[in-house]
Amino acid sequence: MWELVRANQRRAATLVVVMAALLFMVGYALGEALAPGAGLGGLFVAFVVWVVLTLVSYFQGDSIFLALSGARRIEKKDNPQLYNVVEEMTIAAGLARIPDIYVMDDAAPNAFATGRDPQHAAVAVTAGLLETLNRDELQGVIAHELGHVKNRDVLYMMMVGIMMGAIVLLADVGARVFFYGGGRRRTSTRSEGQGQLVIVLVALVLMILAPILAQLIYLALSRRREYLADASSALFTRYPEGLASALEKISHSTATLASATRATAPMYIVNPLGATARGLADLTSTHPPISERVRILRSMGGGAAFRNYEQAFRTVTGRSGGVIPPSALLGGEHAPATEPAAPDTSGRLERVRQTTDMLWRLNQYVFVACPCGTRLKVPPAYLGRDIACPHCGSVHRIQPSAA
Amino acid sequence: MIVGLVFLVLIVVVIFWVMGMYNGLVGSRNEVKNSWSQIEVQLKRRHDLIPNLVETVKGYMGHERGTLEAVTKARQQAVEVTGSVEERAKVENALSQTLRSLFAVAEAYPDLKANQNFLALQEELTSTENKIGFARQYYNDAVLRLNNRIQMFPSSIIAGMFNFQLETFFQVEAPEDRQVPQVKF
Repeated sequence: MWELVRANQRRAATLVVVMAALLFMVGYALGEALAPGAGLGGLFVAFVVWVVLTLVSYFQGDSIFLALSGARRIEKKDNPQLYNVVEEMTIAAGLARIPDIYVMDDAAPNAFATGRDPQHAAVAVTAGLLETLNRDELQGVIAHELGHVKNRDVLYMMMVGIMMGAIVLLADVGARVFFYGGGRRRTSTRSEGQGQLVIVLVALVLMILAPILAQLIYLALSRRREYLADASSALFTRYPEGLASALEKISHSTATLASATRATAPMYIVNPLGATARGLADLTSTHPPISERVRILRSMGGGAAFRNYEQAFRTVTGRSGGVIPPSALLGGEHAPATEPAAPDTSGRLERVRQTTDMLWRLNQYVFVACPCGTRLKVPPAYLGRDIACPHCGSVHRIQPSAA
Repeated sequence: MIVGLVFLVLIVVVIFWVMGMYNGLVGSRNEVKNSWSQIEVQLKRRHDLIPNLVETVKGYMGHERGTLEAVTKARQQAVEVTGSVEERAKVENALSQTLRSLFAVAEAYPDLKANQNFLALQEELTSTENKIGFARQYYNDAVLRLNNRIQMFPSSIIAGMFNFQLETFFQVEAPEDRQVPQVKF
């Protein structure tokens, strides 16, 4: 398992370096385009941008991301089952600390993990996910998220994503300068000759190609990491069917996550941008098609180890190159999977009730059990006041935190 | 001169190689120790939860005195046992058995199943069972990694020199014991 983490980190570090190089090149080209000979100045600007972005994403990335998604931190008492599932998977993954748990008040079933390293990790799930999935399925999804944490995906995804944004932005600025400011500059530089023209041409090509290249690198990286996290989920739970059936249920949902944007989409377990975006399985997708992920998980042939996933991946996709670094396959952990249980159909109503109750409580509502059998949900404004039960008329004094 | 230099480089390489192997072995051994302590935390938690459960259930399940006593007795044995991994695994597995039959019997008591306290305890104990299972899974993987290193060439040489010991797996009970017991009414 540690071999996987190490191989993963090496690969991700290489990509971060490539992205940084691309960013510096764009900076240089931008400088040259603005004024001949100012390439070094452009390089310097790109470097400053890179340093600032890296520092911000390292120290603040997770809190920015959680704030953007509108997620709220919960404690064990708010949802004991969710907390227990996360704790179980923390143990299975061998992580030292239980991640912070956040809930998003959104009907679309989805989840993400964040935090630069396992010490600062957090997982967030939507209310829709808690309502849709049974315990085994929830476990599969949480294991997938902790797979991201264990494989150190989050930090690199964040850094590469932010650098991609910077490259796109700089190239965009450069292109504008080029086309709108080009006329004036050309007259002033005519005497400088051929060499200058070549540099300007190279800069132009670079500014067109760099954003495309950056996005392709980013997408390839993020899709590979989804497969890896799926493989980790199967290994942690020893029950690939849990995640498979969770993914299936999630893909049947038509709700769109309100707080997700194109920039934050790659962080989620499935693409949150609606069913149309999810159906596309091309180069521009941040996630592998769900149907393929489900088929791989169901073709693991009774095993839950990495090599079973690797084998299933090759059979299903027909590709010879796998997703798991060869060094991680050497250990040969013997991991038989648990047999799929009978499909669980009960409990959906109960789950919906519990999840809505939790959200009410997070909003400081107070629950009062009336002797007539009615349960009153009282807004926080009524604290300390008397209210009458609408059914039987008996009067209750509203006390804080009377569950 | 050249020969001496080559010899020196060779010695340095060997020393670094031995150091790497040794550190790898120590790392694996610490992982085993660490994951074992994780199991113990969860076993302890289960021991602490059971008296609460028995107290809650008592009022509802007057007729099932035998089942309750079996749980209490199995817990007592599990708390008192001190010994090898195998012995502990045996008594803890027995405790899991009695708990499973208790929850199976509880299915027949609708009043009990409506009790919030019981439901909370059931979730806690089920989850603790899962945690023990996952901690055992991680422990066994760690033991496998350590034992592989100790027995496989070339790290076996270093393991022999520094006297690394093979560790014992925390065995799951035999497959036929894992079945939920059939309860007849």
